[in-house]
Amino acid sequence: MTIDREHWLHIYEQMARIRAFEEQVNELYTGAKMPGLAHLYIGEEGIAVGVCETLRRDDYITSTHRGHGHCLAKGASVDKMFCELLGKAPGYCRGKGGSMHIADQDTGNLGANAIVGGSAAIATGAAFSSKRLGNGRVAVCFFGEGALGQGVLYESMNMAQLWKLPVLYVCENNLYNEYTHHSETTAGSMKARAEAFGLLAVEVDGQNVREVFEAAQRLVERARRGAGPAFLLCHTYRYHGHHVGDINRAYYRSKDEEQEWKTQRDPLKLLSAWMIEHQLADTGLIEQIEKDVTAEVSAAAAYALNAPFPAPDEVNQHVFA
Amino acid sequence: MSSPKANGRELTFGDAIKEALAEELRRDPRVFMLGEDIAEAGTTFKVLNGLVEEFGPERVLDTPISEPGFTGLAVGAAMTGLRPVVDIMFGDFSGLIMDQMMNQAAKIHYMSGGKLKVPMVLRTTMGAGRRSAAQHSQSLHAWYSHIPGLKVVVPSTPYDAKGLMKSAIRDDSPVVVLEDKMMYKTVKGPVPVEEYTIPLGVADIKREGTDITLVATSSMVYVALEVASLLAEIGLSAEVVDPRTMTPLDKPTLIESAKKTSRAIIIDEGYEQYGVTAELASVIADGAFYYLDAPVKRIGAMNVPIPFSPALEDLTIPNAKQVFEMAKMLCGRM
Repeated sequence: MTIDREHWLHIYEQMARIRAFEEQVNELYTGAKMPGLAHLYIGEEGIAVGVCETLRRDDYITSTHRGHGHCLAKGASVDKMFCELLGKAPGYCRGKGGSMHIADQDTGNLGANAIVGGSAAIATGAAFSSKRLGNGRVAVCFFGEGALGQGVLYESMNMAQLWKLPVLYVCENNLYNEYTHHSETTAGSMKARAEAFGLLAVEVDGQNVREVFEAAQRLVERARRGAGPAFLLCHTYRYHGHHVGDINRAYYRSKDEEQEWKTQRDPLKLLSAWMIEHQLADTGLIEQIEKDVTAEVSAAAAYALNAPFPAPDEVNQHVFA
Repeated sequence: MSSPKANGRELTFGDAIKEALAEELRRDPRVFMLGEDIAEAGTTFKVLNGLVEEFGPERVLDTPISEPGFTGLAVGAAMTGLRPVVDIMFGDFSGLIMDQMMNQAAKIHYMSGGKLKVPMVLRTTMGAGRRSAAQHSQSLHAWYSHIPGLKVVVPSTPYDAKGLMKSAIRDDSPVVVLEDKMMYKTVKGPVPVEEYTIPLGVADIKREGTDITLVATSSMVYVALEVASLLAEIGLSAEVVDPRTMTPLDKPTLIESAKKTSRAIIIDEGYEQYGVTAELASVIADGAFYYLDAPVKRIGAMNVPIPFSPALEDLTIPNAKQVFEMAKMLCGRM
């Protein structure tokens, strides 16, 4: 295997950017500077980046309430992201969408969705358009394992397989449907659910971005050449609570469990250790990347805090196209 | 009344809708239709017979029985360059697709700050009287009309149905068209051969009058016209106003008519409680208050699940006798 140093450094940088972004969100939120809700993606960075790095800019993604990572991995800029999170006019959606609804057509992002499983059919429809228009685009639908309880996901998989649509369903199994372990909500095998429709289903360690990337590359290429949809099941962990306000988590998971994932299975640590081992980077370079993205994120947050809110007359705009 | 010059050509309500769909499928390759049994079967009401033969199964697409799935698929397809027309066999199945319509289709343009558009049409049915019982008979246009971001069309004539359908397909916002299933074959009317469209948001005066305004939607227009004839026999002149679209709503035409006649009754086949009749009555009460000689009255479907037994079902639908008595009362003829 040939190792492309720039490629993996870029992947590391993207993961570090998402982590720095989310840590900044946490700070803004707990400092009462951010209104609404914040669902942090920290711990799951390897999935968004591993998958999106296999996509073209004009490929589509749909995202979830825990969607900041997907947006950034698909190419969103941190300053417009922060503006959106703070409800400011220069935000991706002019402040009308907020944290759970960031959409950016320039990077193929059809929108984060605050209904669990809400974008399963939409991503499938985007794949339907790609096939009908023959433009070679692939659609990726990100969702958490909580969405495995939603019927529309299976209706979508059924149609995608019937019509051989270029869509990849990426399940981020972070173990908890909000505050409930998936073993209490999800019967049978997660993978077999997709296999029942004839989808090619692949299971990976979502903390190992190299594994995610390689699997996604294969499934995206397969979808692009018309071989049909696939299901990528990624095992991962949500370091923070369901949302920022979910502080006391002892009733549903232990501190030991959290500690083990953070220290033993952290996607950034795993990739940096691998890069150092293969002499693609040294500790200094890793630290430099982290320092750079942290500075970028701080500057973007400061910009967003000073950005203007939308004018009152915008409240009536965009109800109809 | 927007009276078509049809040179004698008449179409049924169903055929007028089919002609609109066929013309738009021919005009724009991005338009396609999807739904349950719409291709070879031509829908359960046989409204679309012949379309799959002309346009092929890719553009007249039979789907699995998965209303939320294929409605959501249409939302995604509309966001990415196509113009889907979704067929939902019975309006009662709106319960199945509501998340896709009210949380997705209706909000995507707004939530994205105007970046994304959802140019789709949802066709579904309404109307009782078919002895189809509680889950195949409801008129749920008020549900869609309640949600900002959706346009809602309730045509009453073949001419209106065709012209409004063509506008709906060309609109860049999601549009819901509710067709009274009892009118597909029974209602016939003039439809010109020449191409035309009718803009969304323009009411039509189906009969002019001076003593009382009857605002009626969909099949209730025919109830109102019957009542107008009965009133004429006792020397009262009723004006029948058909809003044609719930959203956008042509408030000025409703208000002006009520100002002219000083009395108004709203007739609609949706459930009366919290329904279309309440909304339209409030528009008139608010906009024509100083001109009114009587309270604005309304008649909707009875607030009961629609019963199967013909003896009971007919009681639930607004009828001419009811409206006639109410109109006489408002005009002081009791």
